[in-house]
Amino acid sequence: MNVNEQPAIRAKSLTKKFGDFEAVRGIDVEVRPGESFGFLGPNGAGKSSTMRMIAGVSPVTSGTLEIFGLNPATHGSEIRNRLGVVPQADNLDGELTLLDNLIVYGRYFDIPRAECVERAKELLDFVQLSERSSGRVESLSGGMKRRLTIARGLMNRPEMFLLDEPTTGLDPQARHILWDRLYRLKQQGVTLVLTTHYMDEAEQLCDRLVVMDAGRIVAEGSPRELITRYSTREVLELRFGTGSNVEHEGRLLGVGNRLEVLADRVLVYADDGESALHEVHTRGLQPESSLVRRSSLEDVFLRLTGRSLEE
Amino acid sequence: MSRDTLLWRVAPPILRSARRPQRVVERNAIVYRRTPMVLISGFFEPLFYLLSIRIGFGALVGDVDFAGRSIDYAEFVAPALMASSAMNGAVYDSTMNIFFKLRYSKTYDAMLASPLGAADVALGEIAWAMLRGFVYSISFLVCLAALGMAGSWWILASLPACLLIGLAFASVGMALTTYMRSWADFDWVPAITLPLFLFSATFYPLSSYGGLAWIVQLSPLYHGVALVRGASLGVASWGMFVHVGVLLALATVGLSVAARRVETLLLK
Ligand SMILES: Nc1ncnc2c1ncn2[C@@H]1O[C@H](COP(=O)(O)OP(=O)(O)OP(=O)(O)O)[C@@H](O)[C@H]1O
Ligand SMILES: [Mg+2]
Repeated sequence: MNVNEQPAIRAKSLTKKFGDFEAVRGIDVEVRPGESFGFLGPNGAGKSSTMRMIAGVSPVTSGTLEIFGLNPATHGSEIRNRLGVVPQADNLDGELTLLDNLIVYGRYFDIPRAECVERAKELLDFVQLSERSSGRVESLSGGMKRRLTIARGLMNRPEMFLLDEPTTGLDPQARHILWDRLYRLKQQGVTLVLTTHYMDEAEQLCDRLVVMDAGRIVAEGSPRELITRYSTREVLELRFGTGSNVEHEGRLLGVGNRLEVLADRVLVYADDGESALHEVHTRGLQPESSLVRRSSLEDVFLRLTGRSLEE
Repeated sequence: MSRDTLLWRVAPPILRSARRPQRVVERNAIVYRRTPMVLISGFFEPLFYLLSIRIGFGALVGDVDFAGRSIDYAEFVAPALMASSAMNGAVYDSTMNIFFKLRYSKTYDAMLASPLGAADVALGEIAWAMLRGFVYSISFLVCLAALGMAGSWWILASLPACLLIGLAFASVGMALTTYMRSWADFDWVPAITLPLFLFSATFYPLSSYGGLAWIVQLSPLYHGVALVRGASLGVASWGMFVHVGVLLALATVGLSVAARRVETLLLK
């Protein structure tokens, strides 16, 4: 088998324990080189714990993990040499300027100094921080720090880019600039692995994703597949006013295929949203507002990790 | 580090996993390039000691017997002060600074996400602290020369000894720092270094401690003082191998513990 055909990531019964607590409970994941792969899941699902094991900064408790066909326990340094990492919590160097943050980080990879300077300038440009290149990290806003962390992760021109909630705190413009860059990296054959709480982001960026809940994988597939499998074609959103959504639950039973009651609205899953709305009106219900839309990954997410009435 | 040297083969396994600790040193150099004053602050302390001895203290004490000859008290004490300044420089850098980076600034987390590992962090930081201690030693030497107390050219031979002292104390300093839980724990640092400074045959010869001499010999600084003093007075003895051995052993243990601890604290 050609070395390049090795999966970028191969995890079998991968488990992470913190003391007695099992944060990751035996997951199986395989990511092909060049694929863009997403981890979705509610807070505490174990996404970051998994990402940290993949990044070679957190020892595996049990199960096996191979990155580029190598074991992180024995070849951590080689693996990390080929990875770009954007951790969930920024760990920029507060004692260095923006430019030096990138240069010094590049030097950790043994990249020649002149090359580091060149790359650092290009990347600062990309994240639109060139004007602040001699400033200090603490003078940056939260979103700017995030951008700098992303730029730093690209210093070594990684084969695989690991991004843990990369766009949290980014303004819409910065998000689109990043998405564009990620598309281009993907075209160049870079493997992308990301976690996100933005479903539109996952839909846009991921070829394939897994939904994690409480340390387990509860679903896997392409965004389209997951929507077809776990949701209906359309969704009817009804708002009955604060606090009264739950009490309408009973009278809505049977409308559409499935109901999801959230704090602020009720979601009715139906293949035909308009006729579901008609049914609501025939039952004499008067929602404050209603909206029919196409089903999205968010609905899959809510179904898999939330409280659902049908089951 | 080249893989076939003797040093490589006797190094503990964790240290052998180091690849490029010099990058950690380089990072620190870039930080201090912007704030060079911090580096020379430690220069004044030994200078004041020297002055106090030069101005009066020495005259009161007179001569001291050392290695069979009688030497001026200032000549006796100066090498010990130089050894102490190497210790202080290394300890300053390997305690508070490293604690901050370990617990608050996440500097090491970023390093560990790169190809660098815990051994690179430990070796690099300790090398840096050692070099910083060495800057103190050199400035001390310059003061000695300026005050006309440098004695013979032999004094230059004491510089490698100062490097070794810096290495040993930086290693032990970093190792202990990884066990500190709060800033308050650093009150222990002077509680350790001050008695070492006072009772390492710094101000009076080992013979004057009488039956308690063996306690003095337990002090790592004693071995540093003995080395620097012997070197700067041009007195060689077999005992010097023991002193070097003690300091090297401390450095090895300190380095290994520091690397292990960085691993357990940060790679969770
Ligand atoms: N160092 C640690 N020590 C103890 N428990 C931890 C540690 N890191 C994570 N955990 C626990 O492991 C579980 C999974 O955490 P993790 O950070 O992987 O979640 P996540 O899916 O990334 O969540 P989020 O969306 O909030 O980032 C949580 O219950 C968390 O409290
Ligand atoms: Mg997380």
